[in-house]
Amino acid sequence: MDITFLLNGEVVSLTDISPSTTLLNWLRDTQSLTGTKEGCNEGDCGACSVMVSDAQGHRAVNGCILFLPQIHGKSVTTVEGVSAPGGALHPVQQTMIDHHGSQCGFCTPGFVVTMATDHLNGKTDHATQLAGNLCRCTGYAPIIRAARAAETAPVPPHLRDLKIPDGKISSGGPAQPDGGRQPPRPCQPETTDDLAHWYADNPDATLVAGATDVGLWVTKQFRDLGPMVFLNRLQDLGGISDEGSAWRIGATTTIADLEAHFAPLHPSLGAMLRRYGSAQVRNAATIGGNIANGSPIGDGPPALIAMGATLHLRYRDTRRALPLEDFFLDYGKQDRKPGEFVEAITVPKQPDTLRCYKLSKRFDQDISAVCGCINLTLEGSVITDARIAYGGMAGIPKRAAETEAALINQSFDETSIRRAMIALPMDFQPLTDMRASAQYRLLTAQNLLLRYLYEMNGVPTNLHEVTA
Amino acid sequence: MSVAKPLPHDAARLHVTGAARYVDDIPAPASALHIAFGLSPVAAGTINAVDLRDVAAAPGVVAVLTAADLPFENDVSPSNHDEPLLAKEAVHYAGQPIFMVVATSHLAARYAARLGHVEITETTPILTIEDALAANSRFEDGPRIYRKGDADAALKTAPHILTGTIHIGGQEHFYLEGQAALAQPQDNGDMVVQSSTQHPTEIQHKVAEALGKPMHAVRVETRRMGGGFGGKESQGNALAVACAVAAARTGGTCKMRYDRDDDMIVTGKRHDFRIDYSVGFGADGVITALDVTHYTRCGWAMDLSLPVADRAMLHADNAYHLDNIRITSHRLRTNMQSATAFRGFGGPQGIVGIERVMDHIAQHLAIDPLAVRRANYYADVMQPDNSGIAHDNRGVPDPSADLASRGAPAVSQTGPVQTRTDVQTTPYHQPVQDCIINALTDRLAETSNYTARRAAVAEWNAAQPVLKRGIALTPVKFGISFTLTHLNQAGALVHVYQDGSIHLNHGGTEMGQGLFQKVAQIAASRFGVDISAVRITATDTGKVPNTSATAASSGTDLNGMAVQAACDTIRDRIAAHLAERHQTRPDAVHFADGKVIVGGEQLSFAQAAASAYENRVSLSSTGYYKTPEIEWDRIAGRGRPFFYFAYGAAVTEVVIDTLTGENRILRADILHDAGTSLNPALDIGQIEGGYVQGAGWLTTEELVWDAKGALRTHAPSTYKIPAISDTPDVFNVALWDQPNPAQTVYRSKAVGEPPLMLGISAFMALSDAVSACGDGFGDLQAPATAEAVLTAIGKARNAL
Repeated sequence: MDITFLLNGEVVSLTDISPSTTLLNWLRDTQSLTGTKEGCNEGDCGACSVMVSDAQGHRAVNGCILFLPQIHGKSVTTVEGVSAPGGALHPVQQTMIDHHGSQCGFCTPGFVVTMATDHLNGKTDHATQLAGNLCRCTGYAPIIRAARAAETAPVPPHLRDLKIPDGKISSGGPAQPDGGRQPPRPCQPETTDDLAHWYADNPDATLVAGATDVGLWVTKQFRDLGPMVFLNRLQDLGGISDEGSAWRIGATTTIADLEAHFAPLHPSLGAMLRRYGSAQVRNAATIGGNIANGSPIGDGPPALIAMGATLHLRYRDTRRALPLEDFFLDYGKQDRKPGEFVEAITVPKQPDTLRCYKLSKRFDQDISAVCGCINLTLEGSVITDARIAYGGMAGIPKRAAETEAALINQSFDETSIRRAMIALPMDFQPLTDMRASAQYRLLTAQNLLLRYLYEMNGVPTNLHEVTA
Repeated sequence: MSVAKPLPHDAARLHVTGAARYVDDIPAPASALHIAFGLSPVAAGTINAVDLRDVAAAPGVVAVLTAADLPFENDVSPSNHDEPLLAKEAVHYAGQPIFMVVATSHLAARYAARLGHVEITETTPILTIEDALAANSRFEDGPRIYRKGDADAALKTAPHILTGTIHIGGQEHFYLEGQAALAQPQDNGDMVVQSSTQHPTEIQHKVAEALGKPMHAVRVETRRMGGGFGGKESQGNALAVACAVAAARTGGTCKMRYDRDDDMIVTGKRHDFRIDYSVGFGADGVITALDVTHYTRCGWAMDLSLPVADRAMLHADNAYHLDNIRITSHRLRTNMQSATAFRGFGGPQGIVGIERVMDHIAQHLAIDPLAVRRANYYADVMQPDNSGIAHDNRGVPDPSADLASRGAPAVSQTGPVQTRTDVQTTPYHQPVQDCIINALTDRLAETSNYTARRAAVAEWNAAQPVLKRGIALTPVKFGISFTLTHLNQAGALVHVYQDGSIHLNHGGTEMGQGLFQKVAQIAASRFGVDISAVRITATDTGKVPNTSATAASSGTDLNGMAVQAACDTIRDRIAAHLAERHQTRPDAVHFADGKVIVGGEQLSFAQAAASAYENRVSLSSTGYYKTPEIEWDRIAGRGRPFFYFAYGAAVTEVVIDTLTGENRILRADILHDAGTSLNPALDIGQIEGGYVQGAGWLTTEELVWDAKGALRTHAPSTYKIPAISDTPDVFNVALWDQPNPAQTVYRSKAVGEPPLMLGISAFMALSDAVSACGDGFGDLQAPATAEAVLTAIGKARNAL
């Protein structure tokens, strides 16, 4: 497979690359660009952060779980490219020195890249943007001070005028037109139609969008992915469109774009998506991947189920739609035929009665022990509709049918909620694992119903709205 | 003068540009080979058969080695020779290395290491404290016991008695740079090793043993680590030895780094503890008797567990004067990773124990926990200098009786120990003569507005049904010195070149703490030159021999003094030379601002150096330092293990969600004693970072092993160190403003470990918030995950 991209402003063309080579390994092993560090090799520490730029903008992503084909046609900036070509420091580099933001220094290049990306994008919500960069030395206080101090400094010219490929860069890996008569090669289709036919012909292929999970199959599990098909060149599989009574969300829409879309409409969903992975993960991960993956602990599905989302699947030119909750059959098993893929979801427009509650050991960048999404429709004080879904409570993201039934046509008060809490164990028999015990999961899943009541009644329930 | 300036870290510019090289960044020849270990999947058992044919046949594999292939010592223990590099007949924990793969790339080695077929007859592993006690599986023949007064008698007459138990979880170091080493063979079979280690001499020692060579055949270099925190005091031995053995065998450069999951599965962590207590106290909260028992899981090998458990005992008093106390310590051998050094080295666990006791008393008496703490504090002793203090110095024990690290069992000393009765003493009979904790607490309580905020918290809690707040002020008193006395020594090597530039080397290692810069500031100050004249160089066993680990917060105290001595030797030679030339006295020669002033003449430092050189004056010197006044009998629990104490205190305010147990730190205020700070910016960095690391240990950082002894939290996806949003929104850190009464370098105090224990205030604040949920004692256990907090809320509410 052949790819072309810009690395710190210079054109790089590679031929015959192994498609599962990560950008991090390529930078360190072949380019001697060792500023980008491996901290965890699974996208959880940010030491490998690089900036990827294209027509959609600049974003920090984790280089350790980014396959080379994913940067085809894009511009990559590593820590070595954050300083000006003559060696002058970037403002965030200078403030990191001035505010003592580095101690051991190993996480520092990753922080610097993320901070420089935020600086370029004018983002100042540092705690959100830097939640994917772990530091074990400083306690973060000086890093926050450094980020603030650099906010007003002008963007250095070499980043302001960063060259971005125009998108017409020649693709190195077109879909094979012969329907897979030859052994399948890695494929990077330009249209969803190409994908649909190629994938139907090669149903054992691995679809790679953001690679925030597939990346780990390679870096941690050494899994043989079979032929790989990269979705990042597709122009027509992503994006959010207005369909009148619903939003249509293309499968390769990133979590970052999903958050940006929904935060104004459904602030609680926006707040939960803000905690989905880290900025680096949200910039890469797609909602289609989050659903198709079938994980019982993904945070997207419970919220979308509670919103009444419909899933759209495609096989060649055959499309079908089903309620999202029906897609998840059992642990590791989804209602998806070989060669069929997620094309989109549609989410009905609705009043903002959805509340999303994500429980995890750490507030940011942690996998949910329980993710409870509750959406009650009231007429007056009577509950007329209830859509409640949980993650982390079963082998699949699942609706709480008995709990919902206990609430319908009841008045929205503590008595009804407590009755529903009693019903909840009929819906779920959760497991104990390293994230939480079964008892904790059950108890908090029940208590989240109470939280919903309190929150709707204006009682303070949000830790993050409390100040000292 | 360079000292006391808030200069940035010496490598800050290299850090921010990505140019700072760590072991894996050092250019190696393309032919370099890479190593990975094949690990035991089970926690205990006997190896029946090892079939490595698939491993050997995997792409890129050059060699596969088992224990039988190791030519000399198969041991990487820092203490007890009980830790084979590769398992022999038995496996002792899930994750123990059984074989090693040498391959052409890191990925090829990791891939092949999974292909081994090892047939193991499993035996029942000893995992829990209860398992270990039942099997009498322990290090040392029985529990260690330290005593002062008569705890049993005093408990019988105490007005109030409480008993309790707290479990305190361990902690993964999570240094961002994983363990790494690189070995390059030399002439004569000598070996040069680059290692990410806090203890180059230990690496040299273990590599020499493994190669069957004297230590002079091995040179170890460490420029920097990407974090250590104690996790690189002994845990790097295995990688360095593996690289050296493979390099000797293949004749080429070999390197090894653990993948993060392997790092967490293979290496040791902070010891977890169960602490049981029976405390007697009066209505005023003053403790009259304390019987406290530490149970700690040491894992499968001794490593540094004995001195860790000792230090936990030595901090069972924290800042409290206890007349009648018995401290019992069980060091239990379990089939888990061998627990190891971690910032605080047992001290934090000991302190959590006594702080829990304070909390329990306060809850029982329904009074402010701070009042209980104050009622039990050691009295302040303010004095300018303790050099006049009398000591019964019975001499340093024969170091040859000890093994080469601080994990070694010390020899019990004979002879009566005189305890002075006219001074307050610790439970191990060391006089406390530098106490400032009362004044420090007073000032912090005032600057943090503790009293008013405590009232505001109570008001909030009375009004709010879901969210409850808590606030706590906790003190730290931390003993400074290695408790294995002979380790309290350091060496330095300083060269002044004829152009006046200075080459600085010492035995300490740089892991991010800023040691190199602080020591460079000392050197610059001794010569009266700008810091830019001093070149800091990598720690190198070929330059300074027989170094101690950079550990026990001692790096600056020891190495700073050694460097000072070396610099002063050279400076005095220059001064003597110039004085002779100008017919004046050496003490009339002044070194300041890059100049040397003598007899009305002003030379640049470079001119002075050139003059000395041309007149055949040696401009190179070693320096040496050993800590005075310390002596310690760890078996009897008597003596003066510590040269001095470092103090500090923190106030933390938190909020908890009573529906889910979720919690958040709202504000932290810290006042910490670094003596006369050598570099306030770097010291505050240690304090901020230590606090957050300590708070993380006691809140979100939970290690989980499954029922078969496999670690389930072996990556950052499942093991949660604090992220940026976990740092307190309001975070005020100040330095205490008095010099160290002990004669340390520029009267500074050690600052590496003590601040970690400031994080205990976060845990106690959570406990305080729990106590607002009901009338019972919540009995919060550590780490205070959301689940632990919710459990404690349940107990507080449901208590009779």
